[in-house]
Amino acid sequence: MESEEAGRGLRVSLFITCYNDTLFPETGKAVVKVLERLGHTVDFPAGQTCCGQMHWNTGYQEEGLPMLTRFLEQFKDSEVIVSPSTSCVAMMKDHYPIMAERMKDPKITAEVAAILPKVWEFSQFLTQKLGIEDVGAYFPHRVTYHASCHGLRSLHLGDGPQRLLRAVRGIDLVEIENLEQCCGFGGTFAIKNAEVSSAMLADKVRGVLNTRAEVVTGCDNSCLMHVGGSLHRQRTGVWPLHIAEILAGEE
Amino acid sequence: MSGAGLDPRTAPKFQVAARRLVGDAQMRKNVRHATNVIQTKRAKVVAEMPDWEDLRESGRQIRRHTLRHLDYYLLQFEKNCTAAGGVVHWARDAEEARQIVIKLVKQSGPQGESPTEIIKIKSMTTEEIQLNQALEEAGVHAYETDLAELIIQLGHDQPSHIVVPALHKNRAQIREIFQREMHLPGSDFSNLGGTPQDLADAARRFLREKFLRVKTAVSGANFLIADTGGVCIVESEGNGRMCLTLPETLISVAGIDKVVPKFSDLEVMLQLLPRSATGERMNPYNSIWTGVDKTAAGDGPRTFHVVLVDNARTKILADEEARQTLQCIRCGACLNACPVYLQTGGHAYGSVYAGPIGAILTPQLMEMHHAQSLPYASSLCGACYEVCPVKIDIPEVLIHLRNKVVKQQSSGLNILANPEVMALKAVARVFRSEAVFRIAQKLGRLAELPLSHKDSNGVGWIDWLPGMLGGWTQVRDLRVMPKQTFRQWFEAREKAGKKGAADGK
Ligand code: SF4
Repeated sequence: MESEEAGRGLRVSLFITCYNDTLFPETGKAVVKVLERLGHTVDFPAGQTCCGQMHWNTGYQEEGLPMLTRFLEQFKDSEVIVSPSTSCVAMMKDHYPIMAERMKDPKITAEVAAILPKVWEFSQFLTQKLGIEDVGAYFPHRVTYHASCHGLRSLHLGDGPQRLLRAVRGIDLVEIENLEQCCGFGGTFAIKNAEVSSAMLADKVRGVLNTRAEVVTGCDNSCLMHVGGSLHRQRTGVWPLHIAEILAGEE
Repeated sequence: MSGAGLDPRTAPKFQVAARRLVGDAQMRKNVRHATNVIQTKRAKVVAEMPDWEDLRESGRQIRRHTLRHLDYYLLQFEKNCTAAGGVVHWARDAEEARQIVIKLVKQSGPQGESPTEIIKIKSMTTEEIQLNQALEEAGVHAYETDLAELIIQLGHDQPSHIVVPALHKNRAQIREIFQREMHLPGSDFSNLGGTPQDLADAARRFLREKFLRVKTAVSGANFLIADTGGVCIVESEGNGRMCLTLPETLISVAGIDKVVPKFSDLEVMLQLLPRSATGERMNPYNSIWTGVDKTAAGDGPRTFHVVLVDNARTKILADEEARQTLQCIRCGACLNACPVYLQTGGHAYGSVYAGPIGAILTPQLMEMHHAQSLPYASSLCGACYEVCPVKIDIPEVLIHLRNKVVKQQSSGLNILANPEVMALKAVARVFRSEAVFRIAQKLGRLAELPLSHKDSNGVGWIDWLPGMLGGWTQVRDLRVMPKQTFRQWFEAREKAGKKGAADGK
């Protein structure tokens, strides 16, 4: 079902997030390409940096607070905000209200309450805000989808990403076993608890390989960097790719 | 595992214990199999409940409300339990609780003599206060009567799960323990078979003798019922029912968080607990007893004590963000769902409380002085929160406790000894300015240059990182940073008047 939003071009502000900006620029380019192809315009508030997730989740709460105020300053005039990272969007939705409360500034609390409904994870923006599944993409490869925990349990993406993928022409989408199981990334967890993280990763990689997919995709490059890092170490030839880069594919 | 108790004060850090345990293939196989079986059963009996989410919400509200008015409900419980013939004792901490129980046990023999043996029903609270060890030192041997606890006790092992304490052992290992350690005059266990029936028969034979002989029992409690003064225990084997009815003296030890306001609250709790804990619609044995029967023909124990244990719980209650920890009804669902527990089993947590609930409860019981690695023993995947029958947001509490750890580690000179604290504080400064962030992106690219090399596709990769970051490159490669950041690309494109399409053509 297409919502009325699909018919009108929106002004989308892209929150690329710090790690996508630095490590995965191709994902950002793909997001821009898909959104423009759908008739929307994309702007990029230049002062943006990080959502604060790494600090907040590792216990550096005080250090995370200025990142909230920076985000508010940068995006206060945006019509709609899209970000290609489930964990960062979950961070904002789950913790910005708590952070605002912590800052004891009613103005910030009000601004957070006003801005959060305008924030969308990329796939969610397509399936829920725009109400579309077919973005006109072509990607002739065997692909499996990795559901990141934050997308699954915090943003409740459900099968939205899979519906987008199924509509891609030429794709051979195969489901991974234990789709709901964490890949073991968990931010600083991968370093602080390297052994356990590696054991979890081994299970996930086994799942990916069992699908005989060429590409493992998802809505969060941090999980994909973790899974992909192991796939590369083992020279499996399986390639991690953000969902935006598949949806940007053309014939 | 040695027979010495799991003690957070002396246990190694989670990371250190886990490193050894992930190498234990047999244990990991046992844990994987057992958690998988319980989870599948749970999923089935939860799916058949159309109002499961409403039940969870009711469970949460009952527990939350009780904790808000804990003083009121505890006093109400004391009054009603006393009126029914029970004796209520209050213990500030583990030591005081142990002393009270030892004193009560010693007075419980005929003519006030001390018995040398007692029987016990599985109880996490008595594990928490390390009661068995203290009783042993006081000359009293406690027989665990729950099958899994018996396996742990006979095997000189430690519990690895709060509901299924011997979940890390398989049937062959259990048979071996029984053959080696079960001694009963007139019975020979050396030729014991290995079927579930054989093992259950052996345990029954071994325990029956204790049930019929020993006159003092110690139990825990699942719920204390304020409006009736009753105590409730649910179990699967009937050993509990034996311990609650056959002895002359019954001593129930319970954390002060175990109270529920009304008898009718069990309507919710006894739907949530068995489905979450063992994947059963109802527990095979549900016992509720209220005081003692004073008539001459009276059934059951003649003397009944309840020992209410605080042991840091009021401190947890005072912490607004962490107090939901006390809502826990010890169902163990979060352990079965946890991908970290799946890999390490319970012993890595260095406490009788393992898994996600252990990771938040243990540090708080220790008032944050011990077990500082536990709040980090999670990838924050949220699977625990999803299954918790009383909706404890465990990831949120973990993050809150991490903050407490960081505060302790960055106070005064501690900060200098901790490269992580220094690094994360420095990175936070970077994110406060776009200009500094840009410089950091450039510097990062330079810094990784000597570590990177190209693969056959011409893509740069790093397969070794120094120091803390080495945890990453143990099993994973890292792609080098691309030459151009996204923001540089976007700006160049804007400048060129979007002449090039988004794909940079
Ligand atoms: S925290 Fe929740 S899921 Fe875990 S044992 Fe307690 S009640 Fe059960």
